[in-house]
Amino acid sequence: MAGNLKQLSHKPERLASGHRLCAGCGAPIIVRQILSGVDGPLVIANATSCLQVTTSVYPYSNWRCSWIHSAFENTAATIGGVEAAYRALKKRGEIDEDYKFMAIGGDGGTFDIGLQSLSGALERGHKFVYVCYDNEAYMNTGVQRSSATPFGAWTTTSPVGEIGQGKLMGRKDLTAIVAAHRIPYVAQASPSHWKDMVTKAEKAFNADGPAFLNVISPCVPGWKYDTELTIKLAKSAVDSCYWPLYEIENGQYKVTYRPKEKKPVVEFLKPQGRFKHLLDPKNKQLLDNLQAQVDRDWEELLRKAGEG
Amino acid sequence: MVTEQVKHTSNAARGVGKVTVMDGNKAAAYGALLSRVQVLAAYPITPQTPLVEYLSQFVADGALKADFVEVESEHSSLSVLHGASLAGARTFTATSGQGLALMYEPYNRTPTIRLPIVMGIATRDGISPQCVWGGHQDAINVRDAGWIQLFVEDNQEILDTVIMAYKIAEHPDVLLPVNVCYDGFYLSHMADRVEIPPQEIVDEFLPPYRPTHQILDPDNPMSIDPLTPNELFMEYRYKHLQALQRAKQVIADVDQEFASLFGRGYGGLIEKYRMDDAEIAIVGIGSPVGTARVAVDRARDEGKKIGLVKVRALRPFPREELVEALRNVRSVGVMDKNVCFGWGTGVLFMELRSAMLGVPKPPATVGFIDGLGGSDITMEHYARAIAIVDDSANGLAHQEITWLGLEEE
Repeated sequence: MAGNLKQLSHKPERLASGHRLCAGCGAPIIVRQILSGVDGPLVIANATSCLQVTTSVYPYSNWRCSWIHSAFENTAATIGGVEAAYRALKKRGEIDEDYKFMAIGGDGGTFDIGLQSLSGALERGHKFVYVCYDNEAYMNTGVQRSSATPFGAWTTTSPVGEIGQGKLMGRKDLTAIVAAHRIPYVAQASPSHWKDMVTKAEKAFNADGPAFLNVISPCVPGWKYDTELTIKLAKSAVDSCYWPLYEIENGQYKVTYRPKEKKPVVEFLKPQGRFKHLLDPKNKQLLDNLQAQVDRDWEELLRKAGEG
Repeated sequence: MVTEQVKHTSNAARGVGKVTVMDGNKAAAYGALLSRVQVLAAYPITPQTPLVEYLSQFVADGALKADFVEVESEHSSLSVLHGASLAGARTFTATSGQGLALMYEPYNRTPTIRLPIVMGIATRDGISPQCVWGGHQDAINVRDAGWIQLFVEDNQEILDTVIMAYKIAEHPDVLLPVNVCYDGFYLSHMADRVEIPPQEIVDEFLPPYRPTHQILDPDNPMSIDPLTPNELFMEYRYKHLQALQRAKQVIADVDQEFASLFGRGYGGLIEKYRMDDAEIAIVGIGSPVGTARVAVDRARDEGKKIGLVKVRALRPFPREELVEALRNVRSVGVMDKNVCFGWGTGVLFMELRSAMLGVPKPPATVGFIDGLGGSDITMEHYARAIAIVDDSANGLAHQEITWLGLEEE
């Protein structure tokens, strides 16, 4: 399985340095952790996103593997086509090696505009790993709300003002939606728990069918926090059960990390400018509401995992 | 690049195939089958739906050894083919009307990342008020996306053109996708005599696809479709346009080669019919050309010196070929089964007018719009059109555009 940090550090980097992502961005950390869970020839389809646009500025590419920028909403379809061609050509003996296939997109490209093509590809059973790096808003276009944006969060399209106090709706449970496709492997992960993530990546790439990884990805300009806090915030999301780490392997739920002490969600929110207004006493109701949503989801997860 | 020829002669014994009767969708499916496509992705839409069923059956029967990806939308069908084509497979899809509209984004990406995908369009008028019937508007609306667009007249031409389309698309001078546009219902659902060429001769004509320009090969990893700086972007566009111009020669050459093997050709970019001593002419595109042939024959019987030019390639536009073909006529009537919004004409009319700009003593041009929304293009309509073309040749007053069937009695 994942091995230790020293072993992982000797693996060749498939995402080279020199990309143009922001300092402190969660996305390249996530990509490196996940790619250390896969060996051999790999093809990646990348949805239009921060990650895509900053890693392929011609004449440079950060990708040391076959890589295609699909469009925004069709990443799963595109990698599905690569995988279909691989199967067709392999059947005819035109390809010998065993390949792995990965699609990666942000929450906008996955929860929202790419949901249909993701659902179609999962239902058809293409053997690929879909990774959603979820920074909870449309960050590439400058922080607009998505269906992954949590209740109460400020974005440029859920602004805070005289009347508005951030997003009015809760976030979509995409992991559950994907799991409803009854694919062999689904998991939630966080870059703060690298061993858990690499183990999940290995399982995903070795699954007999489609696999899905939903990974929380702190975003410095979108969440408005200090650059050095990325991993701490990711950990805080896990420790408050705002972003529980769990997997669904062949339908079986398993919580892969259970915090010793479940922290209040406000600890996760505090360092983030996007939640600043929730700390205002007049918005206590909103804060309580968000805590209630986190508690409800956590208890539901424990029930599903038989730990409730 | 233009050849006068008689259709459907069978003087090339080796390429003679089995003669049967089939509708246009089946002819397109046979074209894909004989081209040995490796990955298919398609979503059903009227009037293309039977094509999806035929292809599924071919795969189920083991006749077509391809991976059929049954997608959840047209946007995904073309996206799947992007991945498959980049992985080195020969690919096929088809769509129509609303499906093509939904496909708009990957449709534009296909030629601009230079993927030699072949896609049938069972042409349909679009989009509202609701109308499931034929018309050329769907394909016409995307004529400037950078694809090669070939329009065909009958079911035999559908089958043959699908095979030729791969040879054109994959040609190293071209490397662009090709649409084979066939009239929804009038061809897609109409049964017609079709000769199925023998597989071994098709194999001789069309070797396997071996991509080198864009390929997801982990031994030589490429990053495809990166963020591209302005000047380089302009260079890519320039090269794309050059490739479309080079495609003119390739389309003509491929047609000649096809004719020499299978005994039937289609003239390349355009086909001339009874044009030798013609004084007036009809220019048409798609299945209405079949009706036009009969109308021209009848007018000839009445002593009119009239000919017909069929436009096969809308993109690249056969500018020089049309100018040459119409050099000696006094008046031309252009038949459009589409409209050119904002000009009050049809698109073929506008483009022919543009082609004639600067030509010394160009023929008079009059335009006709007919057959929209699946309405019938009748022999009476053609008789009326020919009378107007005749009038205009004789300098009699005429309006620029006539909507056949809509004229006041």
